[in-house]
Amino acid sequence: MTPRTTELKKHYDVVIIGAGGHGCATAYYLAKYHGVRNIAVLDKSYLGAGNTGRNTAVIRSNYLTEEGVRFYRESVRLFQDLSNEFGMNIMYENRGQLTLAHSDAAVRSFRWRAEVNQHLGVRSELVDVTTIRELVPHLRVEEDCRYPILAGLWHADGATARHDTVAWGYAKGACDRGVEIHQLTEVQGIEIANGGVSAVRTNRGRIHCGAIVQAVAGASSVVANMAGISLPIQSYPLQAMVTQPYKPLLDPHVSSPHLHVYVHQTSRGEFVIGGGSDPYPRYQTQATLEQKEALAAAALELFPFLAQAKVMRQWAGTTDMTPDYSPVMGLSPVKNYYLDAGWGTWGFKATPISGKMMAELVATQRVPDLIAPFDLARFQRFTQVNEAGATAASH
Amino acid sequence: MKILNCPLNGPRNISEFTYGGEYHAMPDAAKSSRSDWAEYIFFHRNPAGPVIEWWCHTASAYWFLAERDTRNNEILRTMPVAEYLSEQQA
Ligand SMILES: Cc1cc2nc3c(=O)[nH]c(=O)nc-3n(C[C@H](O)[C@H](O)[C@H](O)COP(=O)(O)OP(=O)(O)OC[C@H]3O[C@@H](n4cnc5c(N)ncnc54)[C@H](O)[C@@H]3O)c2cc1C
Repeated sequence: MTPRTTELKKHYDVVIIGAGGHGCATAYYLAKYHGVRNIAVLDKSYLGAGNTGRNTAVIRSNYLTEEGVRFYRESVRLFQDLSNEFGMNIMYENRGQLTLAHSDAAVRSFRWRAEVNQHLGVRSELVDVTTIRELVPHLRVEEDCRYPILAGLWHADGATARHDTVAWGYAKGACDRGVEIHQLTEVQGIEIANGGVSAVRTNRGRIHCGAIVQAVAGASSVVANMAGISLPIQSYPLQAMVTQPYKPLLDPHVSSPHLHVYVHQTSRGEFVIGGGSDPYPRYQTQATLEQKEALAAAALELFPFLAQAKVMRQWAGTTDMTPDYSPVMGLSPVKNYYLDAGWGTWGFKATPISGKMMAELVATQRVPDLIAPFDLARFQRFTQVNEAGATAASH
Repeated sequence: MKILNCPLNGPRNISEFTYGGEYHAMPDAAKSSRSDWAEYIFFHRNPAGPVIEWWCHTASAYWFLAERDTRNNEILRTMPVAEYLSEQQA
């Protein structure tokens, strides 16, 4: 999917900064449901060049807070119908997700999560080691290892999809409805008049606009700063790697927050291995040897047979981490400037619902209930939505 | 291996250190509002460029400050906290 290159117009009703999944989805739903079509989506690089093209495509809704579970549950629902909606196969595969507990504290938190999840209609249950053996026969569950597995949180709704296609599907659907996507168009400045945004400055000239949505993931603080907005975010690299393809033998997604690793096998046969963030912030997407070693060591604890596997690629994306591991989305201190940020290591699964909610917000100027808890002002109110336990190293 | 020059222990592998967040000047507790504290605790400049930050040499529990460029991960300088504070006052 290559968006057509056209001249920039002088004015757009809405400028969306960032042509990742979130930016394209916002444009798509604005055009589809709200009749807003004079939209430009600007990207300094190419469509899906950011974390949309770098993530490990874990889709799930077994979070811990009610606010979180409600929100991600809606996203999973939208994902299930996305191939039909796009007329494009996003390769959505509902394989389930198994999260492992290696400590009593983790078992306790899994019980808690399962209760919250079930209460809200999400398939999520605590399972014992016998069930774990049945779900993942190749997982090492021996007791004579460093961190024996005590129990698991089984999330039957867990899934994966082809990440690029999600951006392409939204981009195509948006362009079909009159939206323009401009690649290699970097926003370098934001002009504010009478408390609201009036224009953006880009490497291709100045554009007047009625509203701006920023959906730039790893560049959230840098872009918000152009509008004079400070965010509760620090940008850390997150790395992942993938092996050569092998015959299919791992069905669900398996995650161990304790070992800082998660593994799944794609339908092409590659093992995707991801884990924790880098130890300190950087605006760099180099992969490091240290992280490769850490990921490999942890993956081998779970799946010793991977010792034979050859790593094909290793990469990183810059992730905008918030203190409570929930996003920052909604209104900002600047009128007509809307934030879709703080997606850290968990925002791919939120692509459809974020786009839908941001579109509703921009079109109606009312904050939808589903995203009200994630507003920037929660930090001033001290009402954070703490997903730390349900997010770190599970994505 | 990346080297961080600890003001107390000299040049060491960066894996021996713990990152402690961006340096922010602490607000005056007697004069500041709730919102000042929220700002101090949660918000960051998070620049793509040089930033002053807290680091701790884990084994010796020694805290100090480093200035680092987040675009290329170059460590521009490291210093004891007192040195930085007196510089700020001067
Ligand atoms: C290794 C890794 C694994 C991950 N795994 C998962 C996972 O399994 N599940 C999950 O849910 N999430 C995961 N994530 C997180 C997820 O990838 C992101 O939260 C999500 O993709 C963010 O999408 P986005 O559309 O907001 O941003 P992006 O896709 O990053 O798009 C932002 C765009 O903004 C552009 N941009 C930046 N600055 C400017 C500017 N000044 N002007 C114009 N354009 C600009 C960029 O070029 C980029 O294309 C992972 C992330 C990484 C790095």
